[in-house]
Amino acid sequence: MLNAIACVTLLPLFGFFVLTLLRPPERVAAWIGCGTVAAAAAILFTITIGFLQNPPAEGHAVVHYGTWVGIGSFQPGFSAWVDMLTLTMLCIITGVGFLIHVYSAGYMVRDEGFARYFSYLNLFIAAMTVLVMADNLLLLFMGWEGVGLCSYLLIGFWYRDPANGAAARKAFIVTRVGDTAMIIGFFMLYLQFSTIDIAEILRRSHEAIYFNQSLYTVVALLLLGGAVGKSAQLPLQTWLPDAMAGPTPVSALIHAATMVTAGVYLIARTHPLFMQAPLAQHAVGWVGLLTLLIAGASALVQVDIKRILAYSTISQIGYMFLGLGVGAWSASIFHLMTHAFFKALLFLSAGTVIFCLHHKQDITEMGGLRKLMPLTFASFVIGCGSLASLPLITSGFYSKDEILIGAWNSGEMAFFWGGVVGALITAVYSFRLVFVVFFGAPKTHPDHAPTLNMQVPLVLLGILSVMGGAIHLRLDGVLPIGSHEVSTGGHGMISALLIVLPLVGVALAWWLYRRGITWTKTTGAPAAMLFFRRGWAFDALYDAVLVHPWVWLATVNRSDVVDSGYTAVARLTQWLYQQASITQTGSVRWYAGVMIFGFTLILSAAVFL
Amino acid sequence: MNAANIPLDHLMLLSCMIFVIGLAGVMMRRNVLYILMSLEIVLNAVCLAFVSAGAHWGKADGQIMFMLILSLAAAEVSVGLGLILQIHRKHGTLDVDRLKELQG
Repeated sequence: MLNAIACVTLLPLFGFFVLTLLRPPERVAAWIGCGTVAAAAAILFTITIGFLQNPPAEGHAVVHYGTWVGIGSFQPGFSAWVDMLTLTMLCIITGVGFLIHVYSAGYMVRDEGFARYFSYLNLFIAAMTVLVMADNLLLLFMGWEGVGLCSYLLIGFWYRDPANGAAARKAFIVTRVGDTAMIIGFFMLYLQFSTIDIAEILRRSHEAIYFNQSLYTVVALLLLGGAVGKSAQLPLQTWLPDAMAGPTPVSALIHAATMVTAGVYLIARTHPLFMQAPLAQHAVGWVGLLTLLIAGASALVQVDIKRILAYSTISQIGYMFLGLGVGAWSASIFHLMTHAFFKALLFLSAGTVIFCLHHKQDITEMGGLRKLMPLTFASFVIGCGSLASLPLITSGFYSKDEILIGAWNSGEMAFFWGGVVGALITAVYSFRLVFVVFFGAPKTHPDHAPTLNMQVPLVLLGILSVMGGAIHLRLDGVLPIGSHEVSTGGHGMISALLIVLPLVGVALAWWLYRRGITWTKTTGAPAAMLFFRRGWAFDALYDAVLVHPWVWLATVNRSDVVDSGYTAVARLTQWLYQQASITQTGSVRWYAGVMIFGFTLILSAAVFL
Repeated sequence: MNAANIPLDHLMLLSCMIFVIGLAGVMMRRNVLYILMSLEIVLNAVCLAFVSAGAHWGKADGQIMFMLILSLAAAEVSVGLGLILQIHRKHGTLDVDRLKELQG
């Protein structure tokens, strides 16, 4: 049964080819798109249940399908590495992916690129499953770049608007910066271990003969670079808010639930390297902490509903990085899963609002939608509650709780208190969003209702967002015992704090909303607010430091600076020719005179010298 | 009076004088026809030098060179006159200072 795991990749890939080559009409395309992912999910759930019921002795299995390249000892294969981490990721990808496919069939209705949209979505699922199943670095890199490609294609899906194309290019280029660091890290691993088999590298990294502290630190930092790019963390976080130019279900699938968490998966997968390099692991924690605070502050003051969610995604992935940094490995993966549920739910709910309000995304034009769109309101509140980690009834509470306890146990108090402040900010901005969009007087009336295939995924994801906290991930064989699982005492106080904090946040948001402080002004706002809204001016900084000098260089080099040496030689030759051509007067008598003069000169030289 | 009695130096001096006269003609005359004629004088000066040198050393080489130069001069004159005829037809003048089309 385990051998069938390739179907999880091949079925969506098949769907991609069919949809690309045949470009079927809408209904057929929707059935092919959703059907292949549904079949993949069904096969995967069967495999997962089988795996849980009788797990392999070592806790993992490798399914080998063939060799990709064979050069001497370099033999990267098409083979799947199956353990609980892989299966958890695959279940999130195909499960949430399937629900978003179904939702998309309603959301994208009557779009001229309907078949193209589903073909990209299927290709994304295929690439993402390759990424998490890969047992060697090369295959992992292929999946990694594959999801990057799909992200690019889908952000720029409505390509007729140049702004969307610019956003797509930005996402592709910024993540490429991280990917470059990552592939250098891969090369260094290959140089050190002479293999690209991930399990082999991780096993050998424990052995003393390969022990080289500085090498591990450099490699781990390079891998962190890749993860930072893909997961939109500081300092490469600038692409994600712009990536909201794509269709909303794409934002839900790629830019919230699955692809952006690939960085978290990469670090969790290669955790032995990070454990050998405490410095690098500490850097992971700091990246997460700074990102979650910066993005949280930006999310507080946005006015575009999707940008709020984008910044909150960056912030929540910051929590996952924080968890990885403090060694709460499984807590991070747990938060990854719950985040996939509630953030997909939030994006799909936001998509429903946008869909029903005729593609309006500005929250200042919304309001009072509570009575007009009750189902969307309910799912939005569940999503925001989970995001704010309302105690006991939401999945986000359990996962964020574990990360913060891990931070407490790590002994680095900055991580803990930073995370606590971030949690308060999260609660305030999520409920600010709820209050502004769904309370008060209606400003725009929805002119059509969401279709059934949009409502069903909302309900299912809502259930998952509430119940997801009860899922017990069995990652103990794959990831080491996390810092959140060790008891150091004083947890009663922390738990009380983490229960009270979100409620305080919601109350604060309500108080601010009643006082009319919603931070939605676009003109005459305080400078700090505009600074936060512009994402701490990172775009302006990168424009000034990187983009403008580069563009200047390109402009200067438009006339080919390097060529000037060669053109100078040509110019010199031309000048010499012009000087020489003066002597060609056309006067025969002059020629005769010069000839005789020269002849005399040579002759006298021969005689007298 | 025998030619062999004339000293070689005199003959060479005469030959040089004729050569310089011809050369001056080439450089100073403006009419193409006269330039061609001056060239003939130059050639003849050279012929005289060959012949006198051959006579001085009692070798036939000088005369043979003279025959060669004579035939060359004949060919040159026939081609040169033909060209001059064409130049006259095309431009209506034989003044080299006005025939300066070929210049950089």
